Amino acid sequence: MASHNDKGSGSGSGFGTAAGIGLALGAAALGTFLAARPKREWQGDDAPGFTARRSFGKYDVVGRTVTIRKPRPELFAFWRDFQNLPKVMENVDSIRTSGDGRSIWTIRAPAGRTVEVETEIAREIDGELIAWRSVEGSEIDTEGRVTFEDAPGERGTRVGLIIAYDPPGGEIGRLIAKAFMREPAMQARHDLKRLKMLMETGEIATSARRKDETRAAQQHSGQETT
Amino acid sequence: MRALTWHGTHDVRVDTVDDPEIVNPRDAIIKITSTAICGSDLHLYDGVIPGCKPGDILGHEFMGEVVETGPKSTLQKGQRVVVPFTISCGGCFHCKVEQFSACENSNPAEKQDMSAVLYGQPMAGLFGYSHLTGGYSGGQAEYVRVPFSDIGPIVVPDHLDDDKVLFLSDILPTGWMAAENADIQPDDTVAVWGCGPVGLFAIQSALAMGAAKVIAIDHFPHRLELARSLGAETINFRESHVLDALMEMSGGIGVDAVIDAVGMEAHGFAFDNMMEVAKQKIGIGADRAHVLRQAIMAVRFGGKVSIPGVYGGLTDKFPTGALMEKGIQIKSGQTHVQKYTKPLLEKIENGSFDTTFLISHRLPLEDAARGYKCFKEEQDSWTKVILKPGMAA
Ligand SMILES: NC(=O)c1ccc[n+]([C@@H]2O[C@H](COP(=O)([O-])OP(=O)(O)OC[C@H]3O[C@@H](n4cnc5c(N)ncnc54)[C@H](O)[C@@H]3O)[C@@H](O)[C@H]2O)c1
Ligand SMILES: [Zn+2]
Ligand SMILES: [Zn+2]
Repeated sequence: MASHNDKGSGSGSGFGTAAGIGLALGAAALGTFLAARPKREWQGDDAPGFTARRSFGKYDVVGRTVTIRKPRPELFAFWRDFQNLPKVMENVDSIRTSGDGRSIWTIRAPAGRTVEVETEIAREIDGELIAWRSVEGSEIDTEGRVTFEDAPGERGTRVGLIIAYDPPGGEIGRLIAKAFMREPAMQARHDLKRLKMLMETGEIATSARRKDETRAAQQHSGQETT
Repeated sequence: MRALTWHGTHDVRVDTVDDPEIVNPRDAIIKITSTAICGSDLHLYDGVIPGCKPGDILGHEFMGEVVETGPKSTLQKGQRVVVPFTISCGGCFHCKVEQFSACENSNPAEKQDMSAVLYGQPMAGLFGYSHLTGGYSGGQAEYVRVPFSDIGPIVVPDHLDDDKVLFLSDILPTGWMAAENADIQPDDTVAVWGCGPVGLFAIQSALAMGAAKVIAIDHFPHRLELARSLGAETINFRESHVLDALMEMSGGIGVDAVIDAVGMEAHGFAFDNMMEVAKQKIGIGADRAHVLRQAIMAVRFGGKVSIPGVYGGLTDKFPTGALMEKGIQIKSGQTHVQKYTKPLLEKIENGSFDTTFLISHRLPLEDAARGYKCFKEEQDSWTKVILKPGMAA
């Protein structure tokens, strides 16, 4: 995953989440940002910004790409209906959407608690991109985007997910760190893998021998899974 | 139900555990009639493959009767099926190009990280083969849950008994793919290390593909005898210098193709091997690559190297010079079983392949722990063990 070796060097830069995402997305944007810092000149490459060794101010950024053997419109439609996402996002209990493009994400936290994040659609390009961000006053300051791009030949669609967030402090922060953001990169990776499984095979792989041993079942009964 | 479970190095037991259920729509439940112990199981038994947990059910070579089907399974109750050890979804890129053992969707998402760190990308799911490959319950049991049952299992005709078709689950396709990966041409001299079941089937396959000469290497007289009965010449590595012998037996050129059907637990007292035995004992994830080194030295310039033998970690003192300077080709991998089951079933049916000659023991499932111990410690005479849940103990 993205390694943030130089993390902390750019704290207090005052960039908003939107800027964080912009930086994460494009090497060019990242270059501009880093050019302001004299340390080392940006050498420029074509790698996704989230694989950069440098940090993005106060925001942590995670990203991941999967290739799914399904047509772009089908995958876009699945994602656009946010209520589908809890099927593959393990820590998201539910997503309620209201007419005005706003959604309330209920995220599981330990001890049966939940955290709510309200987001709005920030940008949308049909079949290509959906971006969302948390609204003012939300418990977590976060922004995400998913992109859909044709893969070469018969290989389907490349789906890229990027999430930027301001690691929260305080009571909530501790809860969320435990529940959701302990390993956000890992979470994003697993969620995308589950999306791929559901779309390509119609089910999500489990090695459970019995129904009550699946991760989903154990999560609902509050047991720790391995 | 009763099942053979792993509890630690050299500690396997037949326990009573919960029966499996249909969990996903494409699942089926199979009632096992025959299941075998594989050389790969010995790597788990010896504790050299990471990721086993106490209570895990082992076994990846099995067949039986369909007793339950999920709504999306294409199997029917009562059918007799052999199940490939590789779990493959049929819908991902790798399945579409028939690289079934690299299926992207069969290893559960949260289990993929360990092998992704080890190998760069995650492994597919395999039955009964540690949590590295998904932690799926294996088939050395009375029943097993088979995911993606519409893709893997092959229905076998009633007139072929279990002994004849069971090995379609792994070692017969593995021996065949090992030979295929050696890209055998009619004039070729082929050397095969290991006269276990995989090596023996590789020998049989190489000869069927028209190899001019096959040389089998092992140190167990009975296993070498089985190789000779198939038409191979033999080298006993305790009696002869393997590299010298191979140079001479290939007319001073080096062998055209080499097949490593031994893997990470090579026997023998060669210096490199003893160093690596020590490393495995103290728990460093080291492979004993003695055979692979020797095979790369033995192959001629421009020759072909096939590696069906299992390796899991890292190794030292690898002959990178020979590897590059000789311009060789290497092919390896867990077997793409689903690609080979149909054509090999035909070879069994029309009598061109005998699969039963290497079976030495048939035991009730209850005796499975003894089966492991003897298959490990008395390899010469215990060449292949079949466990039968239905057999009276
Ligand atoms: N690629 C796959 O999909 C696949 C499938 C099945 C098995 N395997 C692997 O194939 C290998 C063989 O399996 P098997 O069931 O035949 O095992 P096995 O343990 O029965 O046979 C291994 C043989 O190798 C011989 N051997 C050991 N050291 C040797 C040396 N230095 N030189 C020559 N021979 C030597 C042993 O004496 C033994 O006869 C194992 O590593 C197993 O994990 C791979
Ligand atoms: Zn096997
Ligand atoms: Zn697949």
